[in-house]
Amino acid sequence: MEAIEYTTPKTLAEAVQAMADKGDRARALAGGTDLLVQLRGGRRSADLIVDVKDVPELNQISYDAQDGLTIGAAAPCYQIYQDPAVAANYPGLVDSASLIGSIQIQGRASLGGNLCNSAPSADAIPVMIALGAVANIAGPNGTRQVAVEDFCTGPGRNVLESGEVLVSVTMPAPQANSGASYLRFIPRNEMDIAVAGVGSSVVLDASGQNFVSARISLASVAPTPVFCREAGASLSGKAVSDEAVEAAAQLAMADAVPINDMRGTVRQRIHLVGVLTRRTLNIAIQRARGEE
Amino acid sequence: MTSNIVLSEVEYNVVGKRHLRPDGVDKVTGRAQYGADIRLAGLLAGKVLRSPHAHARIKSIDTTAAAAGPGVHAVVTAGDLPFAALTREELGGDYQRLKFANNHVLAADKVLFKGHPVAAVAAESQHLAEEAVKLIRVEYEVLPPAMTVREAMEPDAPLLHDDLYTSELGQLSERPSNIAAHMAFATGDVELGLTQADLVVEREYQTASVHQGYIEPHNATAFWNADGQLNIWCSTQGPFVVRTNVADILRHPVSRVKVTPMEIGGGFGGKITAYLEPIAALLSQKSGRPVKLLMSRTEVFEASGPAPGTWMKVKLGVTREGRITAADITLAFEAGAYPGSPVMQGAACALACYDVPNGRINGYDVVVNKPKTAAYRAPGSPQAAFAVESVIDEICEELGLDPVEFRLRNAAKEGVRRVEGPVYRRVGLVECLEAARNHDHYRTPLEGENRGRGVAAGFWFNRGFQSSVNLTVNPDGTVNLIEGSVDIGGSRATIAQQAAETLGIAYDEVKPTVVDTDSIGYTMVTGGSRTTFATGWAAIEAAEDVKRQLVERAAKIWDTPIEDVEYADGVLSHKSDPELRMTFKELARQLLGTGGGVTGVSNVDPAGEGNSFGVHIVDLEVDPDTGKVTILRYTAVQDAGKAVHPSYVEGQMQGGVVQGIGWALNEEYFFNDQGQMMNSSFLDYRMPTALDLPMIDTVIVEVANPGHPYGVRGVGEVPIVPPLPAIGSAISHAIGSRMRRLPVTPGAILEAL
Amino acid sequence: MPGVVHVQTTINGNPTDFLCEPRQSLLEVLRDVLGMTGTKEGCNDGNCGACTVVFDGRIVTSCLVLGVEAQGKEITTIEGVASPEGLHPVQQAFLENAALQCGICTPGFIVATKALLEQEPDADEGRIRHWLAGNLCRCTGYDKIVRAVLDAETKLNA
Repeated sequence: MEAIEYTTPKTLAEAVQAMADKGDRARALAGGTDLLVQLRGGRRSADLIVDVKDVPELNQISYDAQDGLTIGAAAPCYQIYQDPAVAANYPGLVDSASLIGSIQIQGRASLGGNLCNSAPSADAIPVMIALGAVANIAGPNGTRQVAVEDFCTGPGRNVLESGEVLVSVTMPAPQANSGASYLRFIPRNEMDIAVAGVGSSVVLDASGQNFVSARISLASVAPTPVFCREAGASLSGKAVSDEAVEAAAQLAMADAVPINDMRGTVRQRIHLVGVLTRRTLNIAIQRARGEE
Repeated sequence: MTSNIVLSEVEYNVVGKRHLRPDGVDKVTGRAQYGADIRLAGLLAGKVLRSPHAHARIKSIDTTAAAAGPGVHAVVTAGDLPFAALTREELGGDYQRLKFANNHVLAADKVLFKGHPVAAVAAESQHLAEEAVKLIRVEYEVLPPAMTVREAMEPDAPLLHDDLYTSELGQLSERPSNIAAHMAFATGDVELGLTQADLVVEREYQTASVHQGYIEPHNATAFWNADGQLNIWCSTQGPFVVRTNVADILRHPVSRVKVTPMEIGGGFGGKITAYLEPIAALLSQKSGRPVKLLMSRTEVFEASGPAPGTWMKVKLGVTREGRITAADITLAFEAGAYPGSPVMQGAACALACYDVPNGRINGYDVVVNKPKTAAYRAPGSPQAAFAVESVIDEICEELGLDPVEFRLRNAAKEGVRRVEGPVYRRVGLVECLEAARNHDHYRTPLEGENRGRGVAAGFWFNRGFQSSVNLTVNPDGTVNLIEGSVDIGGSRATIAQQAAETLGIAYDEVKPTVVDTDSIGYTMVTGGSRTTFATGWAAIEAAEDVKRQLVERAAKIWDTPIEDVEYADGVLSHKSDPELRMTFKELARQLLGTGGGVTGVSNVDPAGEGNSFGVHIVDLEVDPDTGKVTILRYTAVQDAGKAVHPSYVEGQMQGGVVQGIGWALNEEYFFNDQGQMMNSSFLDYRMPTALDLPMIDTVIVEVANPGHPYGVRGVGEVPIVPPLPAIGSAISHAIGSRMRRLPVTPGAILEAL
Repeated sequence: MPGVVHVQTTINGNPTDFLCEPRQSLLEVLRDVLGMTGTKEGCNDGNCGACTVVFDGRIVTSCLVLGVEAQGKEITTIEGVASPEGLHPVQQAFLENAALQCGICTPGFIVATKALLEQEPDADEGRIRHWLAGNLCRCTGYDKIVRAVLDAETKLNA
C-alpha cells in the first residue's frame, strides 16, 4: 500500500473539512472491508484516510414510527441486525446486513460503505432501493439528499462530489401490510459475491390479497444496482397471484443487462433474476401478511 | 446415526490409540513458529516482480531506479543466477533440465505464465520493497498464449519453448512441440477385448486447473553468510528437496546449504518445489543481510503449482454380467509452463481399482501458459478416476447393475496385475466395497426430488522412499526422537507411537523433534502418504537399534553373553535367571555409568508399499431453479492398513473428501482470453466453508499391509480421489443429464437443465 | 520516519504502546511491530479468517483494520486466550478432538469460537457452521472442528 495519512475527526464539520481539504485524494474510512483491500491492491489510491467512526451522526441507528429509520453511514452490519427496531420493522434490511461477508466482516462493514463502494454486486443496495431509502449527504456547501436508486453512477462510482461525506441513509417508516426481502445467489453458502441479487418490497391492502405497491431492485446484473420501476409498478392494484409475480419477474429480467465473467454468465444471471424476484416477492408477501 | 467406524484386525498398546499430538499446545496457543513467523537481526523484506502477461518475450529489464529506491539493499534478475554464466557445452545433457529449473525461478528470455518471477528486491520493509518493485521497468513483446491442453496440442499452437521436443515412447520428435512427452502402458489385446464386450461406452472428460489451497502462503528466509554457508528457513514438505533444488540452481555445494523446516501451514503436494528460496538466497548474497520473502495469496494462486487441467477419453468394454473386458484410455494433462505433469501417475491409477485383462493407457504431458503444475494429493489420480468411474457409473445405469456390485465383480485383489505391470499383494478394495455395501448410508434408500446418490472408488500407491530417525535414550527413561519429516497433520505423534510401541514404553515417553538438514539423514518429503509408513519404519528400525544396544549393555552389566538377554515389552531379562531383570527405565538410568549413552539410528528406503483404496458414497440435492448443489450425506470408506492414530486417519479422510467436494463443485482457475487468472483470491476461488458441508462419516477398514511391521499403508492421498466421480455421478442422477466437465458449477447445471 | 503515529491500546489486557505507519494493518502491527506472531496471515483481504482477533468486543479480520485504529481499543489475540492456569476449554477441545492438522488456521478458529460461545453458549451445529464460515480450514473438512466446538460448549456449560 502507498503511504497515507490518517485522521479521526470528531464532528461532522471536521470530517467534511478534512475531506474537502484533500479533495479527490481523501477517502472516508468506515469498516474498511472494501477500501483497505482496494488501496492494497492499487485499485484505489488516496493520500488521506478520514476515519469517520468517531463522528456521532455517522454512527447512529434511530427509529421513529413517523420518520422511519436512519442508519449512520459507518454503523456496522451487526449493530443493524441486532437492533430490535430494525429487526421488527425492516426484516429485508436484516436479510442484507446479515449476509454481507463473514461474521468478522459484519463486525466492521457498514451499509454506508456498501453504498459508497458502489459495486454492482453490493448486497445492501437493492433492498435499500426497494425500501425507498434516501442518502443523506454533507459537504462543503451544506447537505443534500439523493434517492438511493440515483446514488450509484457506475462500477465504483457515485454522486458524491469531492469533499462530500455520506452521513446516513433514511428509510421511511414501514406502511401497514408491507414487507421486504433480499436474496442473492452464490455458489457457496457464505463469503461469495452475488452472481445475482434481488431486493423486493411490497405493500398489500388490508385483506392481504391485493398489491397496493411494490418496488424491485437488482444486484450484479448491470454496471450499477438496477431499480426495476416497471416491474414494481406492474403489481400495483393487482391481486396477489403467481401470475402477477411471474409477470413482475419477467419485467425484472428485462431490466437485467449483465456480463459474462468468472462469477456467472449472462444467461445464468438473467435466469436467476427471475428466480430471485419470484422468491423475494413471495417472502415479502408473507412478511406483509405477518405470516413469517 | 453412524459417524466414525474403525474395523480393526489387530490391537497394539500404543499404535492405534488416540494420543494428543506433541505439538498440539503450541498450535492452539499461537506459539508454534511457522515460516513467516521467523525474526532475525537485520532482516530485510523481499518482493518479487512478476509478469503481467501469460506469454511474452522479455526485451529488456531496467532495475536502475529500483536499486536507487529508498531502503533498497539488493535487486536481482535471472542474470544473477550462476546459470546465466554457464554454457550449453559446459552443462551437456543437463542443460535443458537446468535451464527450465532456473527459468522457472527467474524468467530469462521469456515469461511463460502470468505471475512468472522476473526480478526481486530486498529492502528495509515490506512496503519499501513493494514500492521499489514498481520502479523496475520491463519491456515485453506480448505473445499469444496456449491455455488449454487441447489448444496447446494443435500443430499451429503458440510454442512455449523453441527447444522442447516430444519424448515419444523413447524417441524425440523432429519438430519442437508443446507436447513434452507421450507415454503408454498396455496389457493384453484391447481390440480383442472390445470384441468380447456386450457394451462399449466411450466418453470424453475435462477438468479445470485447481489449487491445493493451503491457508499458509509460501515463504522463505535466507542468510548467505560471508563464509559461503547458506541457511534457509521455510515452510516446506521436503527440506531435503529444497536443499537439493537450491544447491542445484545456485551451483552451491549441498554441504553448505542448511534448510530448517519451520512449522508448515498445509501443503498437499504444493510445498515441495523451491519457488522463493533461491531468490531469497540471491538477495541475501547480494545484500549481506538475511532476507524474508512472502507470497501474497494472489501470488500463491498465480505462481505456485496448481494441479493440472486435463482432457481425457475413456473407452470401456463390459459383458452383460458386468465384467470389464477391455479399456482404452487417453489422458492429456497440462504440465503448466515447464514439462512434468503427473500424467504418468494418473495413467497408473486410472484402472488400478480393477482387474482389467486388456488395457491401454496413453498419456500426454503438455506445456501451457499456466504456472508449472505441482503435486496435489494423489497427483493425477482424481482426474483419471473422474473419467473412468464416471464411465463405469454410466455402464451400471445402462446394464441395471448395482455400482458396488459391479465394482466387486471387477475389484483388484491380491495377485491381480495392474496395466502398468506391478502385481498386487494383499489389498483391501473388496473389504472396502463390502463395508460400503453394509453401511447404513448405502442401505438407506435416498428419497426426494432432485436428489442423487453417487458411488466411486479410488486408488493411491503409498510408496515409501527414504527416511531417517535417531533415537536417544535419556537418563530418565524417556527417548528423544529426531526426525526429518515435517509434521503437517500429526506425524510427530504417529512416528512417536511406532517408536514407543517397538520399545515397549509409553507414548508420552517418546519426545519427537523435527530438525534441519544438517541434523538428520536424508528424508524424503512429507507427502504421497509415505510419512507414517516410511518414517514410521525408520522409527521402528531405530528403536530396534536401541533395543540391540540395550541388550548388549544389559549383557555387559550382568556379565553374560548377549544371547542370554531378551527384550520384551520394555523389560530386559535374562532368559534363564529370573533374578536378572531390568525395566527400560532402570537401564536408562545406568547407561552413562556403564559405557555411555545409547542412540539408535536408521536410514531406510522401505519396499513393501501398502497400496490403498477408498470407496465413497454421497447423497446430494440440486436446486433446479438455481443449479446449486447441497451435499446431504457423505461416507468415506478406506483400507488404511493399521490406523496408527485413528483420529488423524479420519481427519485425513474428511479433509481429502472436502477438497474433492470443492474440486467437483466450484473450484477452478478462471482465465481471461489473455491468459490472466481472474479469480486469484479466496473470495472468488471458492473453497468449501464450514457452512457448505455436513459431517463427513468415515469407515476405516484395517486390512494390514504385509509390508510393514504394524500393517501401516498410508492414508492422505486416497480420500481426494473418489469425490470427483462420486459427486459427478450423483449430480447426473439428480438432474438426469451426464456432467462430463469439472467443476460442475451451478451455471453448468442450469445449462444442462 | 515521516508519518509514524504513536498508538496507545490494550492487548490481552496489557496497556500497549506502539509506533506504526497509517498504512500498516493491525495484523502487520501485531506480527511485525509487536512480535505477536500467533495471529496468522492467510489472504490479507478478509476472506480466510486466519488473522481473526477480538476488537472492541467483536471478532474482526485484523488484516482489514489499520493499526492506527487500535487507539484506545481493547484487543484480544490468540496469545490472550490461555491463562496461567492452563489452556482455555476451547483450546483443550481443539486439541482433544484432533480439530487441527497443519494448525495455521487454528488461532483464528479458536478466537472466533471463544467469541461465539461467550455470546451464544447454546449455539447448535448449524449456527456454529454459520459463525465459522469466515474461517477457512483446508485440512480437516471442518468435521472435527465442529465437534470440538460442540465439545467445548458442553464443557463450558457444565
